[in-house]
Amino acid sequence: MTALTDVPIFIAGVAETALGKVVDQSEFSMAALAARVALAEAGLALADVDALFTNYMGEEGSVQLGEYLGIQPRWAESSDMGGASFEFFVHHALLALAAGRCDVALIAYASRQRSRRSRKQASDQLDGSLPAQFEAPFGIHVPIGHYALSASRHMHQFGTKPEHLAEVAVAARSWAQLNPKAWVRDPLSLDDVAASPLLADPLRKLDCCLVTDGGGAVVLTRGDRARDAEKRPIRVLGAGESHVQWQVAQCPDLTVTPGLVSGREAFGMAGVTPSEIDVFQPYDNFTHAVLLYLEDLGFCAKGEAGDFVADGRLRPGGALPSMTSGGGLSYCHPGALGILLLIEAVRQLRHEAEGRQVPDARIGLVHGTGGLAFSTASTVVLARD
Amino acid sequence: MTDYPFSERGAADPTTEAYWAACAERRLTVQVCQDCGHHQHYPRPFCLSCQSDALRLVAVSGAGVIYALTTMRLPVIGALPPPYSLALVDLEEGPRLLTNIVSDREQVPRIGAPVVVAWREREAGLPPLPVFRLRR
Repeated sequence: MTALTDVPIFIAGVAETALGKVVDQSEFSMAALAARVALAEAGLALADVDALFTNYMGEEGSVQLGEYLGIQPRWAESSDMGGASFEFFVHHALLALAAGRCDVALIAYASRQRSRRSRKQASDQLDGSLPAQFEAPFGIHVPIGHYALSASRHMHQFGTKPEHLAEVAVAARSWAQLNPKAWVRDPLSLDDVAASPLLADPLRKLDCCLVTDGGGAVVLTRGDRARDAEKRPIRVLGAGESHVQWQVAQCPDLTVTPGLVSGREAFGMAGVTPSEIDVFQPYDNFTHAVLLYLEDLGFCAKGEAGDFVADGRLRPGGALPSMTSGGGLSYCHPGALGILLLIEAVRQLRHEAEGRQVPDARIGLVHGTGGLAFSTASTVVLARD
Repeated sequence: MTDYPFSERGAADPTTEAYWAACAERRLTVQVCQDCGHHQHYPRPFCLSCQSDALRLVAVSGAGVIYALTTMRLPVIGALPPPYSLALVDLEEGPRLLTNIVSDREQVPRIGAPVVVAWREREAGLPPLPVFRLRR
């Protein structure tokens, strides 16, 4: 049997939707406009798409998006893996393309959660669901309460300090200052983070991501179809996925995420190690999340991420440039950040990230999370071939 | 009259009705497997460890230790004006619960602190909730 890694699969086109606050488009028109741009980058058209992936675009989302774009796919998916769905989709598209079950895969998504003020904050009560019985009556904020419990345990168990969390926010902001599209670009210090209001100890307002509109599109295809691409295609070297609990009390160890599994799978398929990563796009929905990923993905030992980042390692000029768009903390967080992580990684590896370009970036790592306090994880390793 | 009063109100489902009925009597329970001794919470139709049907819902001591802890400072539900303590508590018997810590006066809850079950009343017709207070 031919190894899947012998069939080169590429991301051949990427595009953001309109970002920030979007009042003159619908979610579907945003996704459609981004899809057209991403396909043009790939030298392809809507008629070439035979695999469609989306999440959060309504009931049976890929069906609704397929109708909107006039696509009748032979591979379709609207799995809800939270904000990491798009990394899961890269994994699944990689396998489907390598197996010849489709030729051109389109992943697209858009949200107007800011304009619609639709961000959910509490579980629905008394609907007979397990969270309605065992979580909602105790007043857990979705998702800040879940993540705060996780952060509290990591700090207790490993001595992680608030300034370690704040360093992640400052690193993201330092990158955002280099990205004209970032939602917030004001200077930010560790003291500024420490002075922002506590929402759920130890998480402060500036430990939490933005709530913005946005989205994007990503096109994948095999090497033979990527030859017509207008921009350099970026190879998918490996991908992995996993999930653990939905309700926070069901998590066996709150200091470990399913990234432990997805990272091992992705690195194993790619045949690379963390020390080879030039640029890292972590799902920075909360500051401490990035610390847990660094540990679970093997950049440092469990419990050591606080000290690992304290020297500015994640900032521009640091040893592990991370969140180079400004991330969910400062650039854009449209409810599901995962698609924007892929887009930024591709731009860095194409060397088209302008003022924020990481010099000579050749191997990039994208790591998504979703659900409630690290329910899902998916990791993608990308390379400038 | 129904056999599933809490399920009918959306406060339980048929597999958890007995757990909430015990709460209504202020008894905190977990499932124990009669074959392998595994304790599990919330209730499932069989033992997740050995797949046996031989599960019993048994009362626990009510003692536990705080595993993770936060103070919610945002309004989330009407019944709980912020700030309030939200915690994960590991029961002596093993299972972990999401709960609130109710503390009086000078007592400050901390991770690792021993706690014991207390009960918070809800509106009429709903079972009281198992919350915890610091053990003296």
